[in-house]
Amino acid sequence: MKIKAVTAIAAVLLSTSVFADEDAELVVNGEIEMVTKTAAPAHLSDALDEVLSGWRFRSDETQLMQMDDFDNPGMVAVDAAAEAWDAVEGSEGKSCASCHGDVADSMVGVRAVYPKWNDAAEEVRTLAMQINDCRENKMGAEKYGYTSGDMAAMEALISVQSRGMPVNVAIDGPVQATWEAGKDLYYTRTGQLDLSCASCHEQNYGNMIRADHLSQGQINGFPVYRLKNAKLNTAHARFKGCVRDTRAETFKPGSAEFIALELYVASRGNGLSVEAPSVRN
Amino acid sequence: MRLTSLTVAAGLALASASFAETVAPGDVVFDEYGAVEASLTGVAGDPANGRSVIVSKKRGNCIACHSAEAWADELFHGEVGPTLDGVGGYRSAAELRGILVNSKKTFEGTVMPAYYKVDGFNRPGDAYTGKAAKELSPLLTAQEIEDVVAFLASLQD
Ligand code: HEC
Ligand code: HEC
Repeated sequence: MKIKAVTAIAAVLLSTSVFADEDAELVVNGEIEMVTKTAAPAHLSDALDEVLSGWRFRSDETQLMQMDDFDNPGMVAVDAAAEAWDAVEGSEGKSCASCHGDVADSMVGVRAVYPKWNDAAEEVRTLAMQINDCRENKMGAEKYGYTSGDMAAMEALISVQSRGMPVNVAIDGPVQATWEAGKDLYYTRTGQLDLSCASCHEQNYGNMIRADHLSQGQINGFPVYRLKNAKLNTAHARFKGCVRDTRAETFKPGSAEFIALELYVASRGNGLSVEAPSVRN
Repeated sequence: MRLTSLTVAAGLALASASFAETVAPGDVVFDEYGAVEASLTGVAGDPANGRSVIVSKKRGNCIACHSAEAWADELFHGEVGPTLDGVGGYRSAAELRGILVNSKKTFEGTVMPAYYKVDGFNRPGDAYTGKAAKELSPLLTAQEIEDVVAFLASLQD
């Protein structure tokens, strides 16, 4: 009781700074208005009312770094990928630009709808799979490692062209079975700690778990620059880390399981803005 | 060197002394509410060690989810579970032991891990390596459980 009263007083005192924070809005470079909080998509409405970007859960300092591209350490990788975009590689003598021209024209809106169905290959494709398909089959070049720095940078370059646009992945039609599989995985407990994604990111977002402020585990900001490891991180690398932290045998990045999980987790963020490269701790 | 061999010797001595009485994870008997009446070792718990298990990231890491005035001096308290202030006043030792051994027998579907259980897991890993487990040990030893129970029992309002 005593403690509660003290906490309440502290909360009131702090409210000017703390609450101002939670209601902070993300505008990048003073011009790109990001939706970091919105009504949950219909398929999620029995579980959540609102969906929130991970940006909302980060400290003032970390939030600020994402508000200006000059302060965002992830932008260095984007610049490097812009060079890779124009670089001829592989047996066919082509670059990305040979087929797609200016990235700022051809890649607008792409990130927002991935993972998506590929008719010709009859498979659900992540952006990473599509990038590697182009490299292998159109350029005759080596595939990037699924969670490599080159891959993360190329994903970031493509994502930047969609910044501020709402994530809008399809969940029905030919992708439905994959989406269902991803949903199963999201709610399946793993490891000796016996926790699912939902245990932390649906039931406990907003709570502290030791020093970490649990977010909803959304991927609208991926790839993210993490201050902790000082590089861009892909969604599958993050999934692997979270599964490992349940003291489980993880799945492999690029596996059927993580492709399905990516589609499902992306769909939980339908309506949030594409933010990548975002900044997290 | 001398220290290590002493520790090993002490460990061996302890192991043989308590071996006969230690209840294996699969043999723990719960009552219908999930409580465990019998001590897992027959050796009285050491509350000071119990406290250190609770706050140590490498051992219980209970602090990841629980706060309490009794460890308010440690940094970063979790909020996933309830505060444990006064828990010894409203929970018996048997209830506390049951919650530690396998909290799901007390709280259906809880996110709190089972600390003395080695089977029935989905994709169990080799600690935090991400690799498949070869052989699972419980998250805490039987005596560590008794130590934590002794410490929690001492938390009275
Ligand atoms: C033991 C708790 C726990 C579990 C279980 C867990 N996570 Fe996480 N996750 C965290 C923590 C802690 C962080 C870092 C803080 C944050 O962003 O929420 C995190 C971060 C993330 C992020 C980064 C969010 C961002 O904005 O940068 C994603 C994505 C994520 N988790 C997805 C998942 C998925 C998918 C699963 C299941 C396969 C999962 N998590 C399971 C604890 C967990
Ligand atoms: C991943 C989170 C998590 C961890 C780690 C955790 N707990 Fe819990 N604990 C909970 C939750 C959540 C509850 C509430 C039960 C429920 O309704 O799910 C709980 C309940 C309890 C209770 C019952 C409290 C009451 O009011 O009856 C005790 C005692 C307890 N925990 C002790 C511990 C100890 C000791 C440890 C470490 C050895 C520990 N917990 C680790 C999440 C956790």
